[in-house]
Amino acid sequence: MKIIVAIKQVPARDSQLRLNSAAKWIDEEDLTFEINEPDAYALEEALQLKEKQGAGEVIALCLGPERAGSTLREALAKGADRAIHIVCEHPESLDPLAIAKLLAGAIRTEAPDLVLTGLQSDDLGSGQTGVIVAELLGCSHATIIMEVLPQPSSQNVGSVRVKRELEDGWFQYIQMPLPAVLTIQSGINRLRYATLMGIKKAKTKEMRIIEAETVGGQAASLDGIYPPDRQKQTQMITGTAKEQAVQLVEKLRFEMRVL
Amino acid sequence: MILVVMEQHAGAWHKMSWETLAGGQQLGKAMGEPVAAAVLGEGIGALAAELATKALDKVYAIEHLQLALYTADGYTAALAALIGQLQPTLVLFPHTYQVRDFGPKLATRLDRLLLSDVVRVMPGPVFVRQLFQGKLNADVRPTTAAPHLVSLQAGAYRADTLVAGTAPIETITPTLEASRQQPEAPFRESSRAVDLTAADLIVSVGRGIREADNLPLVEELAKALGAELAASRPICDNGWLPMERQVGSSGQTVAPKVYLAVGISGAIQHLVGMKGAKAIVAINKDPHAPIFEVADYGLVGDLFEIVPALTEEIRKAKA
Repeated sequence: MKIIVAIKQVPARDSQLRLNSAAKWIDEEDLTFEINEPDAYALEEALQLKEKQGAGEVIALCLGPERAGSTLREALAKGADRAIHIVCEHPESLDPLAIAKLLAGAIRTEAPDLVLTGLQSDDLGSGQTGVIVAELLGCSHATIIMEVLPQPSSQNVGSVRVKRELEDGWFQYIQMPLPAVLTIQSGINRLRYATLMGIKKAKTKEMRIIEAETVGGQAASLDGIYPPDRQKQTQMITGTAKEQAVQLVEKLRFEMRVL
Repeated sequence: MILVVMEQHAGAWHKMSWETLAGGQQLGKAMGEPVAAAVLGEGIGALAAELATKALDKVYAIEHLQLALYTADGYTAALAALIGQLQPTLVLFPHTYQVRDFGPKLATRLDRLLLSDVVRVMPGPVFVRQLFQGKLNADVRPTTAAPHLVSLQAGAYRADTLVAGTAPIETITPTLEASRQQPEAPFRESSRAVDLTAADLIVSVGRGIREADNLPLVEELAKALGAELAASRPICDNGWLPMERQVGSSGQTVAPKVYLAVGISGAIQHLVGMKGAKAIVAINKDPHAPIFEVADYGLVGDLFEIVPALTEEIRKAKA
């Protein structure tokens, strides 16, 4: 089975975010970047599918600036066979449809059986890229997936059964023909770390660089970004840890009345 | 026209649908547009009749055997046909897991972009959505011609502002090809051993706890307070606590007297599960964490110092 995993590089989770001077995006200076968490689970799922089947190929695909190459290297170190980097210096200026068009272009030439990606990115959080890619490729899809079960070819040629997470603790299995696009939920598997051997091997693996074409016609414009306003008047309790604890116990007793 | 696409599962409404419908009514008034609502399924006469008791210009009941169980293919085809026929200015959806599954596909089919996860609509209209897990907001403006497709996050509008009235119902049977997705009946993993919805006090733990070995710290706090222990999604994903203790859009929705969030940054998926709490206390090292936007009491600092101190003070107070 040939599997493409679309991954994204995003600012590290605990980053202190500052707006850039135009207030259109964040100031990326001094930030560290890492793989988008749900994408890490998508990559792991692809690697496990290949290992279970004992054959196949896992290709890591990333659209992003030059720095995103490090995230692809990491994917190679974890076990991806090769990588494709669509270089685009300012992906934040593209809407999900434009990004999906670029990804779909690269995926089409590879003709994979399965495309996996995270259910959403931790930065833009649109949660749309995978689904749009599926529609552009004309293939089936399913989102927020917690289990991927390729069906034995003797019974049902080229199909996959997946467990979709619904809301409020509900789940559902659905089956669909390949090729298909699946967006993976965090927690579907246990992530692996790259081994020293893997890191060494990664250096010899193929990383294809493609310059992003200009995609015309943005469907939405970003007027600006800003910190959200507070919905509530929060009482801040300050002091040493002990002082904070003493004050909170007072509040729990006399204001919230639960002690 | 503003078209609101409602969501139902096995004849029961998804409650975010009502908030979206209220949003549709308010935007209709502001923009001077008629407002219609659509419901899809099989045997949905009663649902359509209920919709017809609201102040709407039209109710569309999209009936088809193939819509009995949701599929992305079925919903996309049926709604693409309806939107093509009605040519609405704005199509509103509740931002549910189901809409996340078909909304982007439908928009692409219509050569449009879905503006997803919108928390507020401002005149223009300009749509406000969250970035970086709620740490920042963005003002987004569609630049294409109508229809604009928008999914509204829980809490963007209040369902109790919904205006009653009467509306005519039109039943439509769309032409649908067989769906490529073959759905099975939805199920729950297990009967819930832990019912967090009944708890008066909840101590909830997030990523800030760093590792499973640190969990006893919050377990002690919960015990001292007499609270149920809950968690945000990452803690359950890691298997540190069972899934049934998860609060948020994929877990339980709770409304205790006090919700004490320890090391939880407050992504929207978590907030929708707990913002109904009477009082929210947040302990977090990051003063800009989105959890403080909804917290009544905020403690900025190191949870590894604050939590043990708090446990001790609660024990003293109870002694």
